[in-house]
Amino acid sequence: MPLTSKHLLGLDGMSRDDMKLILDTAVSFREVLERPIKKVPPLQGKTVANMFFENSTRTRLSFELAERRLSADVLGFQATGSSVSKGETLKDTARNIEAMKVDMVVMRHSAAGAPHYLVRVIDANVINAGDGGHEHPTQALLDMYTIREKLGRLEGLHVCIVGDIAHSRVARSNIYGLRTMGARVSVCGPATMIPRDIGKLGVDVYHHIDDVLPTVDALNVLRIQMERDAGRLFPTLREYHNFYGVTRQRLEKAGRAITILHPGPINRDVEISADVADSEHSVILQQVLNGVAVRMAVLYLLSSRN
Amino acid sequence: MRKLKAQIIDEAGFERTITRLAHEILEKNKGAESIVIVGIRTRGEFLARRIARKIEEVEGVTLKIGSLDITLYRDDLLGKLEQPQLKGTDILFDLNDRNVILIDDVLYTGRTIRAALDELIDLGRPKTIQLAVLVDRGHRQLPIRADYVGKNVPTSSSESIRVHVREVDGEDSVLLMHPELPE
Repeated sequence: MPLTSKHLLGLDGMSRDDMKLILDTAVSFREVLERPIKKVPPLQGKTVANMFFENSTRTRLSFELAERRLSADVLGFQATGSSVSKGETLKDTARNIEAMKVDMVVMRHSAAGAPHYLVRVIDANVINAGDGGHEHPTQALLDMYTIREKLGRLEGLHVCIVGDIAHSRVARSNIYGLRTMGARVSVCGPATMIPRDIGKLGVDVYHHIDDVLPTVDALNVLRIQMERDAGRLFPTLREYHNFYGVTRQRLEKAGRAITILHPGPINRDVEISADVADSEHSVILQQVLNGVAVRMAVLYLLSSRN
Repeated sequence: MRKLKAQIIDEAGFERTITRLAHEILEKNKGAESIVIVGIRTRGEFLARRIARKIEEVEGVTLKIGSLDITLYRDDLLGKLEQPQLKGTDILFDLNDRNVILIDDVLYTGRTIRAALDELIDLGRPKTIQLAVLVDRGHRQLPIRADYVGKNVPTSSSESIRVHVREVDGEDSVLLMHPELPE
């Protein structure tokens, strides 16, 4: 049973069967990552280009590791210092890379919809590694994988995403993915960070974190993006921490075991307190490891769809 | 639809074959001390458990049993339209310096075994790898042979062999099927 599409552009509109196939396939690759030799041969002879037009460390490294562990040849590309800074268009850059007989392209771009445009101009499989404020499907898939691994299922769980929902592609992909897999999804943050019509995506909105905690199974805590003028969205970091910071006292008051996720990199004692980030309920480092397995599954499944 | 040509092994014969393979493995390895059992998914996995149980009965020991999904090591993966679903390799023990008894249902071209050998060697450095199969039907495309054979069955390459095991198919038997009729 192959995937329906030859690209992974987003989780909006992806079927439950496809999501389940990716998550189930990732279980096999998770086992490969425990082996003494963490490398298997299915992408031998395939070439994957990682086109990162926007800064990224962990997603790029995670993809690169996934590609190498599947025995693919890997081309790295970063916008800074490339001909993009000389004014080359996305179409020309992509076509030039494809002319070198590249089979798959992993792309991060600051413009929403950039990978959707790319699939119209090249033949290679395209994987969206984050497009503007739109989607980041592999991050959401690894979040879902990690919740499923920890809690045994997704269906019927209540997952709350806390933070800057308006500017988060991670939040958007998580909402699409989790809802499709049958979870209840809510979002929590100050009004300046919650899009006014977010309810249309089928999520509940909370402005007080203590209201949502008593029913939550997993919390996905988003990073406060200090570099993205967070200062305009709330008065001070301390105030944000007081109102929305995920702290041990808050979790204890809620009186239930809540699994804590964070896409990283974390700001300790801003959106999450240090003791919570390091607690037994935190799966932040499992997310990093599972990210490699999930990306291996996506690359493997798409590689047969040419 | 393929039609049945002959039943090659029946329920009782199946049990006797498992028993004989178990004894041959014990004889060659002078006991069960150094051996671990690895079955190739899917049918080989069940045969591995049966053979292991038989060895455990005879020797009064507990064996380590694992299963191998060779999908990622196949040589025809990229050309295939229907990508097989991964079922996962499950070997939770050290293979180093062990005598690995690799078990599959049918030995045919040898390509599955080539893939299994590559995967096993990536997992460790066994002292030996020995191959046990229920049926050897010939037509090898690679220089591979089995150490223990339940039954040699001469076939034409257009025929097919079907192995049924109780755990999946409700009965134990090996069937030789006629070539597929053109529509």
